[in-house]
Amino acid sequence: MEGSPSSASLRKTWEGKPGLAGWLSTVDHKEIGKRYIVTAFIFLLIGGLEALAIRLQLARPNQTLLTPEQYSQLFTMHGVTMIFLYALPVLSGFSNYLWPLLLGSRDMAFPRLNAMSYWVFLFAGVFLYSSFPLGKAPDGGWFNYVPYASLAYNPGPNIDVYALGMVLLGISTTVGSINFVVTLARTRAPGMSINRVPVLVWGTVTASVGNLLAVPAVSLAFLMLWMDRQAGTHFFDSAAGGQPLLWQHLFWMFGHPWVYAIVLPAMGIVSDALPVFCRRPLVGYTAVALSTVTTMVLGFGVWVHHMFASGLPILSLSFFSAASFVIVIPSAVAVFAWIATIWTGRPVFNAPFLFFAGFVLLFVIGGVSGFMTAAVPVDWQLTRTYFVIAHLHYVLIGINVFPVLGGIIYWFPKVTGRLMNETLGKWSFWISFTGFNTAFFPMHILGILGMPRRIYTYADRLGWGTPNLVVSIGAFIFAAGILLFLFNVFLSLGRGKAAGDNPWDASSLEWSTSSPPPPYNFAVIPIVASRYPLWEDIMDEGPERSSIGRGLLLDKGRETVGTSPLDAEPDVILKMPGDTYLPLLLSLAITVLFVSMLLHSRWGSYAAGFAGLLATVCWLWPQRALGQIDR
Amino acid sequence: MAETIIPDRRLPVGSAGHLASGWWGMLTLILTEGALFAYLFFSYFYLASHALGQWPPGGAPKLDISIPGTLILIAGSIVVWWGERGIERGSRRRLILGLSAALILGIVFIAMQLFEWHRQPFTLSTDVYSSLYFTITGTHILHVVVGLLMLAVLLLWSVLGHFDAERHAAASIGVLYWHFVTVVWLAVFFIFYIAPRLV
Repeated sequence: MEGSPSSASLRKTWEGKPGLAGWLSTVDHKEIGKRYIVTAFIFLLIGGLEALAIRLQLARPNQTLLTPEQYSQLFTMHGVTMIFLYALPVLSGFSNYLWPLLLGSRDMAFPRLNAMSYWVFLFAGVFLYSSFPLGKAPDGGWFNYVPYASLAYNPGPNIDVYALGMVLLGISTTVGSINFVVTLARTRAPGMSINRVPVLVWGTVTASVGNLLAVPAVSLAFLMLWMDRQAGTHFFDSAAGGQPLLWQHLFWMFGHPWVYAIVLPAMGIVSDALPVFCRRPLVGYTAVALSTVTTMVLGFGVWVHHMFASGLPILSLSFFSAASFVIVIPSAVAVFAWIATIWTGRPVFNAPFLFFAGFVLLFVIGGVSGFMTAAVPVDWQLTRTYFVIAHLHYVLIGINVFPVLGGIIYWFPKVTGRLMNETLGKWSFWISFTGFNTAFFPMHILGILGMPRRIYTYADRLGWGTPNLVVSIGAFIFAAGILLFLFNVFLSLGRGKAAGDNPWDASSLEWSTSSPPPPYNFAVIPIVASRYPLWEDIMDEGPERSSIGRGLLLDKGRETVGTSPLDAEPDVILKMPGDTYLPLLLSLAITVLFVSMLLHSRWGSYAAGFAGLLATVCWLWPQRALGQIDR
Repeated sequence: MAETIIPDRRLPVGSAGHLASGWWGMLTLILTEGALFAYLFFSYFYLASHALGQWPPGGAPKLDISIPGTLILIAGSIVVWWGERGIERGSRRRLILGLSAALILGIVFIAMQLFEWHRQPFTLSTDVYSSLYFTITGTHILHVVVGLLMLAVLLLWSVLGHFDAERHAAASIGVLYWHFVTVVWLAVFFIFYIAPRLV
């Protein structure tokens, strides 16, 4: 292992260059994963500051802190940032960092594509914010309905930036999803059959397949919108036979599966990490894994529940309402599995446990309010009110942010070699949990009182003043909890207790390697014999034992083993690419192409397209080191 | 101490045919690209079903160019398949021939499509039908262009001698994409040219 001649040669093979050159050219999934998480967290803070500005404006009636134009841009960018630039990227960060470690492999199936998905995400984020300093940020709400978003009513660059930025971001999501799907199918450790992979892997691969099928809808919708605005097409223009409702269909055909894409991997985090703190395996692994997939499959058939108030035929509303009710079943399966795990386990009430248990409670509240609005008449009453805002924040913050915070505490020792401070962790949970509920629970009441979403102020006589003040105070308490969490991260980076390989005595493969893991992850590729490779001696369910320190060495260049999709039988030795600038160059070329489209620069587009083509050909040029040619 | 074990059989190394990650990557790319076309077709049918008056507004488009174009694309898929079968048996010459022929057929297809575009009595901004027509056929042409670039690069690599009976995963992957481009055209052809004649 560490220190032996083979590990020295593996380190030499897998280690990146030091300094800026290494930073820009790395394809190491661990570096990319950390970068994803940090970048997504920065976007979370930006989106959070926008939310606080909104809450200051709404704290009292008739405030004039923000103009209506500023308010529209702030709530739009708040939604865009949280939903697109934080929620999925942060989970991609977890999965990028963890997958090869969970799967007993040395990298993702496509390391260079992995680097590219990060760069394009970063550039798309910057692109979406490019018009913000000019006071021309997207301002049509995150779902950007036409005709408000069409040229006649919104002539500035605001919507064009949003449209092109989303198509650009879609490229990142797509290549990232391709990488996850192929990594699952091809690069698991021998013996890790499909019924032995961690639930986080189920969640991410389900989200990824969902994204591959759903993202084209939104990319197409935004492309059509941009063409309507800039090239004279009529897709959404009712005067020339177009249909504004087509926008809503395409957007929500994407939007609803996307909701599951940004929660299923987070639910996977809980399904894997919560049992560690209950000192027992997850109750109902198979049921939870299948409910994950079922949720996504059903998620493709419910998009119209976002459009109940758009005048569609009652028959169609009934169908989509019923389908939306059915989703409760797989969600409840997961909830009962978590509760049963806590109930029948021996819970350790530490900070990550609190975040995961808190998540279960918030998920139930968000689930109930979702169930309520799945009923058409209730939805007619409550849609476009603060009730919906309450629901979606319970769902997105409850199911995404709380598991992410718990997950950071859980895997922090693996990533950094140090444990986070437990006392600060508990305080940050209780402050953010209290702040969250203070901020978002009264929104249900505001919605029932009839306060519409997206209004920049309200009159005193409406009686919404007190609940709004409570909401605003809660928002600041929540923000304080997040700040304390970040303080804990920075403090623990320098002063945290040394963790060792497996500080939580957890069951999955990432805890069998050192903390932080070496560049090559595992000195030999492990051979897996059960779902809980590190708990086999404790659980003692059979004679079979996983082989952690004994396995394929694979040290003739960068190598990992390719295995069959279901049974994980080894069938090929895969050659893995080394560090390269090509992903960065290709991402830059694509971004310049989109900037040129925004600025209507024909020659810029041609030059960027050509540069991108050149980078792609260099990328794919057959190499002997990758076993693509013999000579 | 890490112990090394030797697998009980010799595993192939590197990009070995359908075991190559790139082959799986192409399958997933085709899945998502297929979804893109599905949403384009959904948009077409959605807008068609809401149309007032005749659809297509000028009647069903003529078949005089689209039928030969369809046959040309199918022929391209067949010859490139023949070329791929060739390299599987070690014949680099057959691969070069297949790729060259498919490349020429693809260029002819694009030329015919551009001619068809040119002679249409409407433009992109005439009405919603014309917007759909140019966007959907344009998206397909873009895919043909990408496929042609792949074929051209593969041809170059074949001429440089990069492929043999054992190592030709890149060629199989490119050929798979070319078949996808053909299949998508069959759908476009059916929807724009045949379906209006059936109602």
